[in-house]
Amino acid sequence: MDFITQHPVLVVSLAKIVGLMFLLMTTLAYLSWFERKVIAHIQSRWGPYYVGAHGLLQPLADGVKFLFKEDLTPPSADRFVYILAPMLALTLALTTLALIPFGPPSVQWLGESTLIVANSSIGLMFVFAITSMGVYGVALAGWSSNSKYPLLGGLRSSAQMISYEVSLTLAVVGVVLLSGTLNFNEMIARQSGPFWHWNIFYAGHGSFPQIVGFLCYFMSAVAETNRAPFDLPEGETELVGGFHTEYSSFKFAMFFMAEYANMITVSCLATILFFGGWLSPFPESWTFLRYLPPASLLVLAVYLAYDTVVLARGIARIQLIVVTTGALLIGLVCLHPVALAVIQGPFWFLLKVGLIMFFYVWTRATLPRLRYDQLMSFGWKFLLPVSLANLVITALVKVWPLLVNHG
Amino acid sequence: MTLPFVVFFVCALLAVLGALTLILAREPIHSALSLILVMVSLAVLYLLLGAEFIAAVQIIVYAGAIMVLFVFVIMLLNAGVEERTDYSQLAKYAGLALGIFLLLALAHWMAHSLIGQQIANGVGASNASVSTRELSAQLFQKYLFPFEATSILILIAILGALVLAKKDE
Repeated sequence: MDFITQHPVLVVSLAKIVGLMFLLMTTLAYLSWFERKVIAHIQSRWGPYYVGAHGLLQPLADGVKFLFKEDLTPPSADRFVYILAPMLALTLALTTLALIPFGPPSVQWLGESTLIVANSSIGLMFVFAITSMGVYGVALAGWSSNSKYPLLGGLRSSAQMISYEVSLTLAVVGVVLLSGTLNFNEMIARQSGPFWHWNIFYAGHGSFPQIVGFLCYFMSAVAETNRAPFDLPEGETELVGGFHTEYSSFKFAMFFMAEYANMITVSCLATILFFGGWLSPFPESWTFLRYLPPASLLVLAVYLAYDTVVLARGIARIQLIVVTTGALLIGLVCLHPVALAVIQGPFWFLLKVGLIMFFYVWTRATLPRLRYDQLMSFGWKFLLPVSLANLVITALVKVWPLLVNHG
Repeated sequence: MTLPFVVFFVCALLAVLGALTLILAREPIHSALSLILVMVSLAVLYLLLGAEFIAAVQIIVYAGAIMVLFVFVIMLLNAGVEERTDYSQLAKYAGLALGIFLLLALAHWMAHSLIGQQIANGVGASNASVSTRELSAQLFQKYLFPFEATSILILIAILGALVLAKKDE
Protein backbone atom coordinates (compact mmCIF):
# COMPACT_ATOMS: atom_id res chain seq x y z
CA MET A 1 0.00 0.00 0.00
CA ASP A 2 2.95 2.28 0.76
CA PHE A 3 4.17 1.78 -2.75
CA ILE A 4 0.89 3.00 -4.24
CA THR A 5 0.85 6.19 -2.19
CA GLN A 6 4.50 6.85 -2.93
CA HIS A 7 4.32 6.32 -6.68
CA PRO A 8 0.80 7.27 -7.77
CA VAL A 9 1.98 8.13 -11.30
CA LEU A 10 3.65 4.75 -11.79
CA VAL A 11 0.71 2.74 -10.45
CA VAL A 12 -1.95 4.68 -12.35
CA SER A 13 0.11 4.54 -15.55
CA LEU A 14 0.58 0.79 -15.29
CA ALA A 15 -3.13 0.29 -14.61
CA LYS A 16 -3.97 2.45 -17.64
CA ILE A 17 -1.52 0.58 -19.87
CA VAL A 18 -2.93 -2.81 -18.83
CA GLY A 19 -6.49 -1.61 -19.38
CA LEU A 20 -5.68 -0.07 -22.76
CA MET A 21 -3.84 -3.21 -23.92
CA PHE A 22 -6.77 -5.41 -22.94
CA LEU A 23 -9.31 -3.24 -24.76
CA LEU A 24 -6.99 -2.78 -27.73
CA MET A 25 -6.33 -6.48 -28.26
CA THR A 26 -10.05 -7.22 -28.21
CA THR A 27 -10.70 -4.35 -30.63
CA LEU A 28 -7.95 -5.54 -32.98
CA ALA A 29 -9.49 -9.02 -33.07
CA TYR A 30 -12.97 -7.67 -33.72
CA LEU A 31 -11.76 -5.23 -36.38
CA SER A 32 -11.02 -8.19 -38.63
CA TRP A 33 -14.62 -9.34 -38.10
CA PHE A 34 -15.87 -5.79 -38.77
CA GLU A 35 -13.85 -5.48 -41.97
CA ARG A 36 -14.96 -8.86 -43.32
CA LYS A 37 -18.61 -8.15 -42.51
CA VAL A 38 -18.60 -4.67 -44.09
CA ILE A 39 -16.82 -5.79 -47.26
CA ALA A 40 -19.13 -8.80 -47.52
CA HIS A 41 -22.25 -6.66 -47.26
CA ILE A 42 -20.92 -4.17 -49.81
CA GLN A 43 -20.34 -7.10 -52.17
CA SER A 44 -23.79 -8.65 -51.44
CA ARG A 45 -22.45 -11.55 -49.39
CA TRP A 46 -23.00 -12.57 -45.78
CA GLY A 47 -19.42 -12.64 -44.52
CA PRO A 48 -18.52 -14.80 -41.50
CA TYR A 49 -21.62 -16.26 -39.84
CA TYR A 50 -20.89 -19.91 -38.99
CA VAL A 51 -18.96 -19.40 -35.74
CA GLY A 52 -21.35 -17.91 -33.22
CA ALA A 53 -24.26 -15.60 -33.92
CA HIS A 54 -23.40 -13.07 -36.67
CA GLY A 55 -19.97 -14.76 -36.78
CA LEU A 56 -19.10 -12.98 -33.55
CA LEU A 57 -16.86 -15.82 -32.36
CA GLN A 58 -14.87 -15.83 -35.62
CA PRO A 59 -11.96 -13.75 -34.18
CA LEU A 60 -11.60 -16.32 -31.40
CA ALA A 61 -11.47 -19.17 -33.92
CA ASP A 62 -8.94 -17.22 -36.02
CA GLY A 63 -6.80 -16.58 -32.95
CA VAL A 64 -6.74 -20.28 -32.05
CA LYS A 65 -5.89 -21.15 -35.64
CA PHE A 66 -2.98 -18.68 -35.70
CA LEU A 67 -1.63 -20.00 -32.41
CA PHE A 68 -1.69 -23.66 -33.40
CA LYS A 69 -0.36 -23.39 -36.95
CA GLU A 70 3.21 -24.53 -37.54
CA ASP A 71 5.66 -21.67 -37.05
CA LEU A 72 8.03 -21.92 -40.02
CA THR A 73 11.34 -20.11 -40.34
CA PRO A 74 12.97 -20.30 -43.78
CA PRO A 75 16.42 -21.95 -43.42
CA SER A 76 18.16 -19.15 -45.33
CA ALA A 77 16.53 -16.37 -43.29
CA ASP A 78 18.43 -14.13 -40.92
CA ARG A 79 16.87 -15.61 -37.76
CA PHE A 80 17.38 -12.67 -35.39
CA VAL A 81 16.02 -10.00 -37.73
CA TYR A 82 13.30 -12.37 -38.98
CA ILE A 83 11.93 -12.70 -35.43
CA LEU A 84 12.58 -9.07 -34.55
CA ALA A 85 10.61 -7.61 -37.51
CA PRO A 86 7.03 -8.58 -36.49
CA MET A 87 7.72 -7.67 -32.86
CA LEU A 88 9.00 -4.26 -33.92
CA ALA A 89 5.99 -3.68 -36.16
CA LEU A 90 3.45 -4.55 -33.45
CA THR A 91 5.24 -2.81 -30.56
CA LEU A 92 5.61 0.47 -32.44
CA ALA A 93 2.01 0.33 -33.65
CA LEU A 94 0.70 -0.21 -30.10
CA THR A 95 2.99 2.36 -28.44
CA THR A 96 1.47 5.26 -30.38
CA LEU A 97 -1.92 4.70 -28.77
CA ALA A 98 -0.48 5.63 -25.37
CA LEU A 99 -0.47 9.27 -26.49
CA ILE A 100 -4.10 9.38 -27.63
CA PRO A 101 -6.61 11.10 -25.31
CA PHE A 102 -9.86 9.11 -25.24
CA GLY A 103 -11.65 11.67 -23.10
CA PRO A 104 -11.30 15.05 -21.38
CA PRO A 105 -8.43 15.46 -18.88
CA SER A 106 -10.97 16.35 -16.17
CA VAL A 107 -11.74 12.65 -15.64
CA GLN A 108 -9.23 11.77 -12.92
CA TRP A 109 -8.21 9.06 -10.48
CA LEU A 110 -5.53 9.54 -7.76
CA GLY A 111 -4.87 12.98 -9.25
CA GLU A 112 -3.91 11.57 -12.65
CA SER A 113 -6.12 11.95 -15.71
CA THR A 114 -7.47 8.52 -16.57
CA LEU A 115 -8.39 8.55 -20.24
CA ILE A 116 -4.90 9.17 -21.63
CA VAL A 117 -1.79 7.15 -20.77
CA ALA A 118 0.85 9.80 -21.50
CA ASN A 119 -0.27 13.42 -21.74
CA SER A 120 2.85 14.80 -23.43
CA SER A 121 3.19 18.50 -24.19
CA ILE A 122 4.31 17.52 -27.68
CA GLY A 123 2.02 14.53 -28.23
CA LEU A 124 1.77 15.05 -31.98
CA MET A 125 5.55 15.05 -32.44
CA PHE A 126 5.84 11.83 -30.48
CA VAL A 127 3.17 10.13 -32.54
CA PHE A 128 5.07 11.09 -35.69
CA ALA A 129 8.35 9.98 -34.12
CA ILE A 130 6.99 6.52 -33.39
CA THR A 131 5.11 6.08 -36.67
CA SER A 132 8.19 7.19 -38.63
CA MET A 133 9.94 4.13 -37.21
CA GLY A 134 7.10 1.88 -38.36
CA VAL A 135 8.84 1.37 -41.71
CA TYR A 136 11.40 -0.91 -40.07
CA GLY A 137 8.95 -3.70 -39.33
CA VAL A 138 8.02 -4.03 -43.00
CA ALA A 139 11.48 -3.34 -44.45
CA LEU A 140 13.28 -5.75 -42.14
CA ALA A 141 10.66 -8.46 -42.68
CA GLY A 142 11.22 -8.16 -46.41
CA TRP A 143 14.99 -8.26 -46.12
CA SER A 144 15.38 -10.99 -43.51
CA SER A 145 13.15 -13.50 -45.31
CA ASN A 146 15.93 -13.81 -47.91
CA SER A 147 13.54 -14.41 -50.76
CA LYS A 148 12.75 -12.26 -53.78
CA TYR A 149 9.06 -11.43 -53.39
CA PRO A 150 9.34 -10.32 -49.76
CA LEU A 151 12.42 -8.24 -50.64
CA LEU A 152 10.56 -6.49 -53.46
CA GLY A 153 7.55 -5.97 -51.19
CA GLY A 154 9.75 -4.55 -48.44
CA LEU A 155 11.52 -2.18 -50.83
CA ARG A 156 8.25 -1.00 -52.32
CA SER A 157 6.68 -0.34 -48.97
CA SER A 158 9.70 1.53 -47.59
CA ALA A 159 9.71 3.78 -50.67
CA GLN A 160 5.96 4.28 -50.39
CA MET A 161 5.98 5.02 -46.67
CA ILE A 162 8.86 7.50 -46.96
CA SER A 163 7.10 9.30 -49.83
CA TYR A 164 3.71 9.61 -48.20
CA GLU A 165 5.07 10.53 -44.79
CA VAL A 166 6.02 13.92 -46.25
CA SER A 167 2.50 14.89 -47.34
CA LEU A 168 1.02 13.31 -44.20
CA THR A 169 3.10 15.57 -42.00
CA LEU A 170 2.54 18.66 -44.15
CA ALA A 171 -1.23 18.13 -44.10
CA VAL A 172 -1.17 18.14 -40.31
CA VAL A 173 1.05 21.24 -39.93
CA GLY A 174 -1.92 23.41 -40.97
CA VAL A 175 -3.81 22.28 -37.87
CA VAL A 176 -0.75 22.88 -35.70
CA LEU A 177 -0.57 26.43 -37.10
CA LEU A 178 -4.19 27.07 -36.13
CA SER A 179 -3.87 25.48 -32.70
CA GLY A 180 -0.50 26.93 -31.68
CA THR A 181 0.23 23.81 -29.65
CA LEU A 182 1.37 20.22 -30.07
CA ASN A 183 -0.57 18.90 -27.09
CA PHE A 184 -3.63 16.85 -28.07
CA ASN A 185 -5.88 17.97 -25.22
CA GLU A 186 -5.22 21.66 -25.92
CA MET A 187 -5.84 21.09 -29.64
CA ILE A 188 -9.22 19.56 -28.84
CA ALA A 189 -10.11 22.24 -26.28
CA ARG A 190 -9.54 24.86 -28.98
CA GLN A 191 -12.25 23.26 -31.13
CA SER A 192 -14.93 23.37 -28.41
CA GLY A 193 -18.44 24.20 -29.49
CA PRO A 194 -20.79 22.56 -31.99
CA PHE A 195 -19.44 20.71 -35.01
CA TRP A 196 -18.85 23.78 -37.19
CA HIS A 197 -16.16 24.81 -34.68
CA TRP A 198 -14.07 21.76 -35.58
CA ASN A 199 -10.84 22.44 -37.44
CA ILE A 200 -12.18 20.85 -40.60
CA PHE A 201 -15.03 23.39 -40.92
CA TYR A 202 -14.18 26.39 -38.74
CA ALA A 203 -13.72 29.61 -40.74
CA GLY A 204 -13.79 32.46 -38.21
CA HIS A 205 -11.02 34.40 -36.39
CA GLY A 206 -8.16 34.01 -38.86
CA SER A 207 -8.90 30.33 -39.30
CA PHE A 208 -8.93 28.48 -42.60
CA PRO A 209 -11.16 25.36 -42.86
CA GLN A 210 -8.88 22.35 -43.04
CA ILE A 211 -11.04 20.26 -45.35
CA VAL A 212 -8.32 20.03 -48.00
CA GLY A 213 -5.85 19.28 -45.23
CA PHE A 214 -8.06 16.45 -44.02
CA LEU A 215 -8.44 14.92 -47.48
CA CYS A 216 -4.66 15.04 -48.03
CA TYR A 217 -4.15 13.59 -44.56
CA PHE A 218 -6.57 10.76 -45.12
CA MET A 219 -5.18 9.76 -48.52
CA SER A 220 -1.59 9.82 -47.23
CA ALA A 221 -2.67 7.89 -44.17
CA VAL A 222 -4.23 5.14 -46.27
CA ALA A 223 -0.94 4.87 -48.17
CA GLU A 224 1.08 5.05 -44.96
CA THR A 225 -0.79 2.11 -43.43
CA ASN A 226 -0.41 0.09 -46.66
CA ARG A 227 -4.13 -0.25 -47.20
CA ALA A 228 -6.12 -0.55 -50.42
CA PRO A 229 -6.05 1.17 -52.91
CA PHE A 230 -2.40 1.74 -51.96
CA ASP A 231 -1.64 -1.79 -50.74
CA LEU A 232 1.11 -2.44 -53.28
CA PRO A 233 3.59 -3.87 -50.74
CA GLU A 234 1.33 -6.91 -50.52
CA GLY A 235 -0.22 -6.88 -53.99
CA GLU A 236 -0.98 -10.59 -54.29
CA THR A 237 -1.22 -10.59 -58.08
CA GLU A 238 2.40 -9.43 -58.39
CA LEU A 239 4.22 -10.27 -55.18
CA VAL A 240 2.40 -13.31 -53.72
CA GLY A 241 1.99 -11.88 -50.19
CA GLY A 242 4.57 -9.10 -50.32
CA PHE A 243 6.77 -8.59 -47.28
CA HIS A 244 5.01 -11.23 -45.18
CA THR A 245 5.12 -14.05 -47.75
CA GLU A 246 7.49 -16.16 -45.63
CA TYR A 247 5.72 -15.52 -42.33
CA SER A 248 3.31 -17.99 -40.82
CA SER A 249 1.41 -18.66 -37.63
CA PHE A 250 1.57 -16.02 -34.91
CA LYS A 251 4.28 -13.92 -36.54
CA PHE A 252 1.92 -13.35 -39.47
CA ALA A 253 -0.84 -12.52 -37.01
CA MET A 254 1.44 -9.89 -35.46
CA PHE A 255 1.78 -8.09 -38.81
CA PHE A 256 -1.96 -8.31 -39.18
CA MET A 257 -2.55 -6.78 -35.76
CA ALA A 258 0.07 -4.09 -36.40
CA GLU A 259 -1.78 -3.07 -39.55
CA TYR A 260 -5.05 -2.73 -37.67
CA ALA A 261 -3.37 -0.91 -34.78
CA ASN A 262 -1.89 1.57 -37.27
CA MET A 263 -5.33 2.09 -38.79
CA ILE A 264 -6.73 2.85 -35.33
CA THR A 265 -3.90 5.31 -34.62
CA VAL A 266 -4.42 7.13 -37.90
CA SER A 267 -8.19 7.34 -37.33
CA CYS A 268 -7.68 8.59 -33.75
CA LEU A 269 -5.29 11.25 -35.03
CA ALA A 270 -7.77 12.37 -37.70
CA THR A 271 -10.48 12.58 -35.03
CA ILE A 272 -8.32 14.68 -32.73
CA LEU A 273 -6.91 17.01 -35.38
CA PHE A 274 -9.91 17.59 -37.60
CA PHE A 275 -13.08 16.37 -35.86
CA GLY A 276 -12.82 17.77 -32.35
CA GLY A 277 -11.64 14.60 -30.56
CA TRP A 278 -13.83 13.75 -27.57
CA LEU A 279 -16.13 16.76 -28.01
CA SER A 280 -19.82 16.32 -28.73
CA PRO A 281 -20.85 17.54 -32.21
CA PHE A 282 -23.93 19.30 -30.82
CA PRO A 283 -24.34 22.54 -28.82
CA GLU A 284 -23.82 22.17 -25.07
CA SER A 285 -27.33 23.45 -24.39
CA TRP A 286 -28.77 20.16 -25.62
CA THR A 287 -28.32 18.50 -22.24
CA PHE A 288 -30.61 15.56 -23.01
CA LEU A 289 -27.83 14.23 -25.28
CA ARG A 290 -25.94 13.24 -22.14
CA TYR A 291 -28.22 10.19 -22.09
CA LEU A 292 -27.31 9.15 -25.61
CA PRO A 293 -24.55 6.64 -24.69
CA PRO A 294 -26.66 4.57 -22.23
CA ALA A 295 -29.72 4.92 -24.50
CA SER A 296 -27.87 3.57 -27.54
CA LEU A 297 -26.52 0.67 -25.47
CA LEU A 298 -30.02 -0.16 -24.25
CA VAL A 299 -31.43 -0.02 -27.78
CA LEU A 300 -28.61 -2.36 -28.86
CA ALA A 301 -29.52 -4.71 -25.99
CA VAL A 302 -33.18 -4.74 -27.09
CA TYR A 303 -32.17 -5.52 -30.69
CA LEU A 304 -29.88 -8.33 -29.52
CA ALA A 305 -32.64 -9.75 -27.30
CA TYR A 306 -34.98 -9.80 -30.32
CA ASP A 307 -32.24 -11.57 -32.28
CA THR A 308 -31.79 -14.13 -29.53
CA VAL A 309 -35.45 -15.02 -29.47
CA VAL A 310 -36.09 -15.10 -33.21
CA LEU A 311 -32.93 -16.14 -35.02
CA ALA A 312 -30.20 -17.82 -33.00
CA ARG A 313 -29.88 -21.56 -32.30
CA GLY A 314 -27.61 -23.62 -30.01
CA ILE A 315 -24.26 -22.11 -28.99
CA ALA A 316 -25.08 -18.89 -30.82
CA ARG A 317 -28.09 -18.39 -28.57
CA ILE A 318 -26.02 -18.75 -25.37
CA GLN A 319 -23.44 -16.34 -26.78
CA LEU A 320 -26.11 -13.81 -27.73
CA ILE A 321 -27.65 -14.02 -24.25
CA VAL A 322 -24.24 -13.20 -22.74
CA VAL A 323 -23.70 -10.25 -25.11
CA THR A 324 -27.24 -8.96 -24.50
CA THR A 325 -26.87 -9.05 -20.71
CA GLY A 326 -23.49 -7.34 -21.10
CA ALA A 327 -24.93 -4.49 -23.18
CA LEU A 328 -27.89 -4.19 -20.79
CA LEU A 329 -25.71 -4.08 -17.66
CA ILE A 330 -23.21 -1.57 -19.10
CA GLY A 331 -26.14 0.56 -20.30
CA LEU A 332 -27.70 0.53 -16.81
CA VAL A 333 -24.38 1.27 -15.10
CA CYS A 334 -23.90 4.24 -17.45
CA LEU A 335 -27.11 5.77 -16.10
CA HIS A 336 -25.30 6.42 -12.80
CA PRO A 337 -24.26 10.14 -12.71
CA VAL A 338 -20.52 9.43 -12.23
CA ALA A 339 -20.38 6.84 -15.02
CA LEU A 340 -22.48 9.13 -17.20
CA ALA A 341 -19.90 11.91 -16.82
CA VAL A 342 -17.00 9.54 -17.58
CA ILE A 343 -18.59 7.92 -20.64
CA GLN A 344 -19.33 11.15 -22.58
CA GLY A 345 -15.80 11.75 -23.95
CA PRO A 346 -14.97 8.15 -24.94
CA PHE A 347 -18.43 7.69 -26.49
CA TRP A 348 -18.08 10.52 -29.01
CA PHE A 349 -14.39 9.81 -29.58
CA LEU A 350 -14.91 6.13 -30.35
CA LEU A 351 -17.97 6.90 -32.48
CA LYS A 352 -15.92 9.25 -34.67
CA VAL A 353 -12.99 6.82 -34.85
CA GLY A 354 -15.44 4.05 -35.78
CA LEU A 355 -16.86 6.13 -38.62
CA ILE A 356 -13.39 6.81 -40.02
CA MET A 357 -12.56 3.10 -39.74
CA PHE A 358 -15.73 2.34 -41.68
CA PHE A 359 -14.57 4.81 -44.32
CA TYR A 360 -11.25 2.94 -44.52
CA VAL A 361 -13.00 -0.37 -45.14
CA TRP A 362 -15.42 1.22 -47.58
CA THR A 363 -12.46 2.54 -49.62
CA ARG A 364 -10.91 -0.91 -49.69
CA ALA A 365 -14.12 -2.52 -50.89
CA THR A 366 -14.71 0.08 -53.60
CA LEU A 367 -11.46 1.17 -55.25
CA PRO A 368 -9.10 -0.93 -57.39
CA ARG A 369 -5.39 -1.00 -56.59
CA LEU A 370 -3.12 1.63 -58.20
CA ARG A 371 -0.13 0.81 -60.36
CA TYR A 372 3.24 1.50 -58.75
CA ASP A 373 4.22 4.46 -60.95
CA GLN A 374 0.70 5.93 -60.52
CA LEU A 375 1.14 5.64 -56.77
CA MET A 376 4.46 7.48 -56.79
CA SER A 377 3.39 10.27 -59.13
CA PHE A 378 0.14 10.71 -57.17
CA GLY A 379 2.09 11.11 -53.94
CA TRP A 380 4.80 13.46 -55.17
CA LYS A 381 3.08 15.39 -57.95
CA PHE A 382 -0.41 15.77 -56.54
CA LEU A 383 -0.65 15.23 -52.77
CA LEU A 384 2.57 17.02 -51.86
CA PRO A 385 1.85 20.27 -53.78
CA VAL A 386 -1.76 20.35 -52.59
CA SER A 387 -0.85 19.90 -48.92
CA LEU A 388 1.91 22.50 -49.30
CA ALA A 389 -0.56 24.96 -50.84
CA ASN A 390 -2.99 24.25 -48.01
CA LEU A 391 -0.24 25.03 -45.50
CA VAL A 392 0.72 28.31 -47.20
CA ILE A 393 -2.91 29.47 -47.46
CA THR A 394 -3.57 28.57 -43.82
CA ALA A 395 -0.53 30.57 -42.74
CA LEU A 396 -1.56 33.55 -44.90
CA VAL A 397 -5.13 33.57 -43.54
CA LYS A 398 -3.75 33.40 -40.01
CA VAL A 399 -1.38 36.38 -40.37
CA TRP A 400 -3.64 38.42 -42.68
CA PRO A 401 -5.21 40.57 -39.88
CA LEU A 402 -1.70 41.43 -38.62
CA LEU A 403 -0.51 42.42 -42.09
CA VAL A 404 -3.57 44.60 -42.72
CA ASN A 405 -3.26 46.39 -39.37
CA HIS A 406 0.42 47.18 -39.95
CA GLY A 407 -0.11 48.50 -43.47
CA MET B 1 17.58 4.11 -6.21
CA THR B 2 15.05 6.24 -8.02
CA LEU B 3 13.14 5.28 -11.13
CA PRO B 4 14.76 7.86 -13.49
CA PHE B 5 18.16 6.53 -12.41
CA VAL B 6 17.18 2.98 -13.33
CA VAL B 7 15.86 4.14 -16.71
CA PHE B 8 19.05 6.13 -17.29
CA PHE B 9 21.20 3.13 -16.46
CA VAL B 10 19.30 0.77 -18.74
CA CYS B 11 19.35 3.22 -21.66
CA ALA B 12 23.01 4.11 -21.19
CA LEU B 13 23.86 0.41 -21.18
CA LEU B 14 21.76 -0.17 -24.31
CA ALA B 15 23.46 2.77 -26.06
CA VAL B 16 26.93 1.41 -25.26
CA LEU B 17 25.94 -2.12 -26.28
CA GLY B 18 24.45 -0.80 -29.51
CA ALA B 19 27.61 1.16 -30.27
CA LEU B 20 29.74 -1.93 -29.68
CA THR B 21 27.66 -4.21 -31.90
CA LEU B 22 27.58 -1.45 -34.51
CA ILE B 23 31.36 -1.82 -34.88
CA LEU B 24 31.60 -5.56 -34.32
CA ALA B 25 28.69 -6.82 -36.44
CA ARG B 26 29.67 -8.15 -39.86
CA GLU B 27 26.25 -7.93 -41.51
CA PRO B 28 25.54 -4.33 -42.64
CA ILE B 29 21.87 -4.55 -41.59
CA HIS B 30 22.87 -5.60 -38.07
CA SER B 31 25.16 -2.57 -37.86
CA ALA B 32 22.35 -0.31 -39.04
CA LEU B 33 19.98 -1.81 -36.46
CA SER B 34 22.54 -1.25 -33.70
CA LEU B 35 22.86 2.37 -34.75
CA ILE B 36 19.08 2.75 -34.50
CA LEU B 37 19.27 1.30 -30.98
CA VAL B 38 21.90 3.91 -30.07
CA MET B 39 19.76 6.74 -31.47
CA VAL B 40 16.63 5.63 -29.62
CA SER B 41 18.49 5.16 -26.33
CA LEU B 42 19.93 8.66 -26.70
CA ALA B 43 16.41 9.99 -27.31
CA VAL B 44 15.27 8.42 -24.04
CA LEU B 45 18.23 10.06 -22.27
CA TYR B 46 17.17 13.46 -23.67
CA LEU B 47 13.68 12.74 -22.40
CA LEU B 48 15.08 12.09 -18.93
CA LEU B 49 16.74 15.52 -19.03
CA GLY B 50 13.36 17.10 -19.76
CA ALA B 51 14.11 17.88 -23.41
CA GLU B 52 10.94 16.39 -24.92
CA PHE B 53 11.18 18.25 -28.22
CA ILE B 54 14.82 17.29 -28.83
CA ALA B 55 13.98 13.67 -28.02
CA ALA B 56 11.15 13.59 -30.56
CA VAL B 57 13.28 15.32 -33.21
CA GLN B 58 16.13 12.90 -32.53
CA ILE B 59 13.85 9.96 -33.28
CA ILE B 60 12.11 11.58 -36.28
CA VAL B 61 15.30 12.76 -37.98
CA TYR B 62 17.85 10.10 -37.11
CA ALA B 63 15.92 6.91 -36.43
CA GLY B 64 12.94 7.70 -38.64
CA ALA B 65 14.50 9.34 -41.69
CA ILE B 66 18.26 8.90 -41.99
CA MET B 67 18.44 5.32 -40.77
CA VAL B 68 15.45 4.33 -42.90
CA LEU B 69 17.40 5.53 -45.93
CA PHE B 70 20.47 3.58 -44.75
CA VAL B 71 18.44 0.39 -44.40
CA PHE B 72 16.75 1.08 -47.74
CA VAL B 73 20.08 1.47 -49.53
CA ILE B 74 21.53 -1.63 -47.89
CA MET B 75 18.47 -3.60 -49.00
CA LEU B 76 18.55 -2.14 -52.50
CA LEU B 77 22.23 -2.94 -53.05
CA ASN B 78 21.86 -6.27 -51.28
CA ALA B 79 25.20 -5.57 -49.56
CA GLY B 80 27.04 -8.71 -48.57
CA VAL B 81 28.86 -9.63 -45.38
CA GLU B 82 31.63 -7.21 -44.49
CA GLU B 83 35.22 -8.30 -45.14
CA ARG B 84 37.87 -7.56 -42.57
CA THR B 85 41.45 -6.50 -43.26
CA ASP B 86 43.66 -6.76 -40.20
CA TYR B 87 46.83 -5.31 -41.63
CA SER B 88 47.41 -2.35 -39.37
CA GLN B 89 48.35 -3.47 -35.85
CA LEU B 90 49.36 0.10 -35.00
CA ALA B 91 45.85 1.46 -35.63
CA LYS B 92 44.38 -1.24 -33.44
CA TYR B 93 46.48 -0.55 -30.34
CA ALA B 94 46.85 3.21 -30.80
CA GLY B 95 43.11 3.43 -31.39
CA LEU B 96 42.38 1.57 -28.16
CA ALA B 97 44.69 3.83 -26.18
CA LEU B 98 43.29 6.98 -27.77
CA GLY B 99 39.74 5.81 -27.15
CA ILE B 100 40.41 5.26 -23.46
CA PHE B 101 42.12 8.66 -23.29
CA LEU B 102 39.11 10.34 -24.89
CA LEU B 103 36.76 8.58 -22.46
CA LEU B 104 38.80 9.74 -19.46
CA ALA B 105 39.01 13.30 -20.82
CA LEU B 106 35.22 13.36 -21.26
CA ALA B 107 34.70 11.97 -17.78
CA HIS B 108 37.02 14.64 -16.37
CA TRP B 109 35.14 17.37 -18.24
CA MET B 110 31.79 15.99 -17.13
CA ALA B 111 32.89 15.97 -13.49
CA HIS B 112 34.29 19.51 -13.45
CA SER B 113 32.47 21.66 -15.99
CA LEU B 114 29.35 23.64 -15.17
CA ILE B 115 27.13 21.86 -17.69
CA GLY B 116 28.32 18.45 -16.52
CA GLN B 117 27.54 19.25 -12.92
CA GLN B 118 24.14 20.63 -13.85
CA ILE B 119 23.32 17.47 -15.76
CA ALA B 120 24.48 15.34 -12.83
CA ASN B 121 22.32 17.32 -10.42
CA GLY B 122 19.35 17.23 -12.76
CA VAL B 123 19.12 21.04 -12.90
CA GLY B 124 18.52 20.96 -16.64
CA ALA B 125 15.43 18.83 -16.12
CA SER B 126 12.27 20.83 -16.55
CA ASN B 127 8.76 19.70 -17.24
CA ALA B 128 7.69 23.04 -18.67
CA SER B 129 5.36 22.50 -21.60
CA VAL B 130 6.70 23.43 -25.02
CA SER B 131 4.54 25.84 -26.98
CA THR B 132 4.94 26.23 -30.72
CA ARG B 133 5.35 29.99 -30.13
CA GLU B 134 8.50 29.52 -28.01
CA LEU B 135 9.86 26.97 -30.44
CA SER B 136 9.41 29.22 -33.44
CA ALA B 137 10.89 32.16 -31.53
CA GLN B 138 14.02 30.07 -30.99
CA LEU B 139 14.15 28.73 -34.54
CA PHE B 140 13.22 31.87 -36.48
CA GLN B 141 14.85 34.55 -34.33
CA LYS B 142 17.67 33.30 -32.16
CA TYR B 143 18.93 30.55 -34.49
CA LEU B 144 17.68 32.04 -37.76
CA PHE B 145 21.01 31.96 -39.59
CA PRO B 146 21.91 28.31 -38.85
CA PHE B 147 18.32 27.34 -39.65
CA GLU B 148 18.28 29.05 -43.04
CA ALA B 149 21.83 27.93 -43.85
CA THR B 150 20.86 24.31 -43.17
CA SER B 151 17.77 24.54 -45.33
CA ILE B 152 19.79 25.94 -48.26
CA LEU B 153 22.37 23.20 -47.74
CA ILE B 154 19.64 20.57 -47.94
CA LEU B 155 18.18 22.23 -51.05
CA ILE B 156 21.61 22.06 -52.73
CA ALA B 157 21.88 18.39 -51.77
CA ILE B 158 18.47 17.68 -53.33
CA LEU B 159 19.46 19.51 -56.54
CA GLY B 160 22.72 17.55 -56.64
CA ALA B 161 20.87 14.26 -56.26
CA LEU B 162 18.48 15.28 -59.06
CA VAL B 163 21.35 16.19 -61.40
CA LEU B 164 23.11 12.89 -60.70
CA ALA B 165 19.99 10.77 -61.05
CA LYS B 166 18.68 12.46 -64.19
CA LYS B 167 18.85 10.32 -67.30
CA ASP B 168 20.84 11.62 -70.28
CA GLU B 169 18.65 12.81 -73.11
